[in-house]
Amino acid sequence: MSMFTILKEQEEGVTKLKITKEGKFLGYRRQDGKVGVRNHVLILPTITCATQTAQRITELVHGTVTFIHQHGCAQVGVDYEQTFRTYVGLGKNPNVYGVVVLGLGCETHQARSVAAEIAKSGKPVETISIQDHGGTLSTIAEGAKVAAKLVQEASTQVREWCDFSELIVGTECGGSDACSGLSANPAVGVVSDMIVERGGTSILAETTELIGAEHLLAKRAANNKVAKRVYEVIAAMENRSIQMGVDIRTGNPSPGNIAGGISSLEEKSLGAANKAGKSTLKEIIDYAEEPSEKGLVWMDTPGHDIEQLTGMVAGGAQVVLFTSGRGTPTGSPIAPVIKIATNTPMFEKMRDNIDLNAGTIIEGKETVEEVAKRIFDEIALVCSGKLTKAEILKQHDFGIWRIGPTF
Amino acid sequence: MSEEKYRILILKSKDNVAVALQDIPPNTEITVSVSQEIPTKITIKEKIPFGHKFAVKAIKKGDDILKYGEVIGRAIRDIEEGEHVHVHNLEGTRGRGDKIENN
Repeated sequence: MSMFTILKEQEEGVTKLKITKEGKFLGYRRQDGKVGVRNHVLILPTITCATQTAQRITELVHGTVTFIHQHGCAQVGVDYEQTFRTYVGLGKNPNVYGVVVLGLGCETHQARSVAAEIAKSGKPVETISIQDHGGTLSTIAEGAKVAAKLVQEASTQVREWCDFSELIVGTECGGSDACSGLSANPAVGVVSDMIVERGGTSILAETTELIGAEHLLAKRAANNKVAKRVYEVIAAMENRSIQMGVDIRTGNPSPGNIAGGISSLEEKSLGAANKAGKSTLKEIIDYAEEPSEKGLVWMDTPGHDIEQLTGMVAGGAQVVLFTSGRGTPTGSPIAPVIKIATNTPMFEKMRDNIDLNAGTIIEGKETVEEVAKRIFDEIALVCSGKLTKAEILKQHDFGIWRIGPTF
Repeated sequence: MSEEKYRILILKSKDNVAVALQDIPPNTEITVSVSQEIPTKITIKEKIPFGHKFAVKAIKKGDDILKYGEVIGRAIRDIEEGEHVHVHNLEGTRGRGDKIENN
């Protein structure tokens, strides 16, 4: 092969992965042309009643992932649609080779409808329902058989060279402290710009945590329509707390944010907005919606870490950059989450969970650009197969932003 | 006490608060050099924990508090130069449903 951008270094007889060609990684090409960085078989329970059965299947079959949730029934209107879109998006995420959609049978979110949408991507999709298969044990057996077949098929797919322009990178901050806006978030901002410059997509989210910084993003909007939408999504989020008659600060910033030196939501937002770098804001998309543009996009999500993460992965993010000042175990069953410490003491204390340290910026040992380069290089490695801490610890978090009551 | 020992950060010249990049004990003299209107030496009045803010100039009750060159809230009482600025003397003004009168 002429394009030998991976250097197989011999180190005392051990061959290690090292990417030497900038802006490339080894990914899985899917039927719809998209690129995955993982090769999971997803057991997708469309209803809370099927989550335990799904869990049993993942215990039996190597290479499968699932998640526990409380949704999928007695939901209506926009809330039904948002949950539906999230299920479909997770199934369609290119990190997923194939899907076993698991239903109960009588729920509002029909496994069959979710499966039909996912199948449009061309990937293998199977549907199983507990009521049709005569109960839990038969369903586990059937689900495991189907999953095992998909896992073996998936294992024959070989990684190939892919370009950063094919990546959708989610950005997120959680458990922020006053260093977030000074170290890790600006570094992620530089990385976001690097991805955009290479033709890729970077998702900014956490609308709540952009309240007070919206004018800075509106200024960078690609056109007036996008700028107008910036103020609309901010107003909608802010009005939710106003309609409840509460001070948003009772929930955000959190007690840990405050202990870390953040005094107000505006202060947190101005730090959080740094993750968006300096690129033009191309569009604002709904929760769990796939970006229609490349470049910097804003997904309208709450600040809640897991709901945001789930929304971005359902929107097609193959990898997520997550900065934290207080430290967090957060991970996704589908996308690797690279966690970046904003300060060195937390990095030292929580090495189990945190992948990279940006605290060196606070200490004056590294510049924002130097840390950004390290993060960028880590993305290439992780997208080529290097496992993140959250993946190793099976941190399979999942949460849907519910926008209506359950009936 | 030597001020060189303590690292601080003022993000934009119009900011009226600085960030402590390490714990600063009370009665520490700190040199700040941003613009002409800010005194070169200020005395830290109370302990400022790592990552927390202190006023680099006197801030009147009701005045905007500026960090990153942007408004992060307003002073709920007069704040002296060198005082810790946090939730006890700064309030956010956004998402304040508690301030809406219910009739």
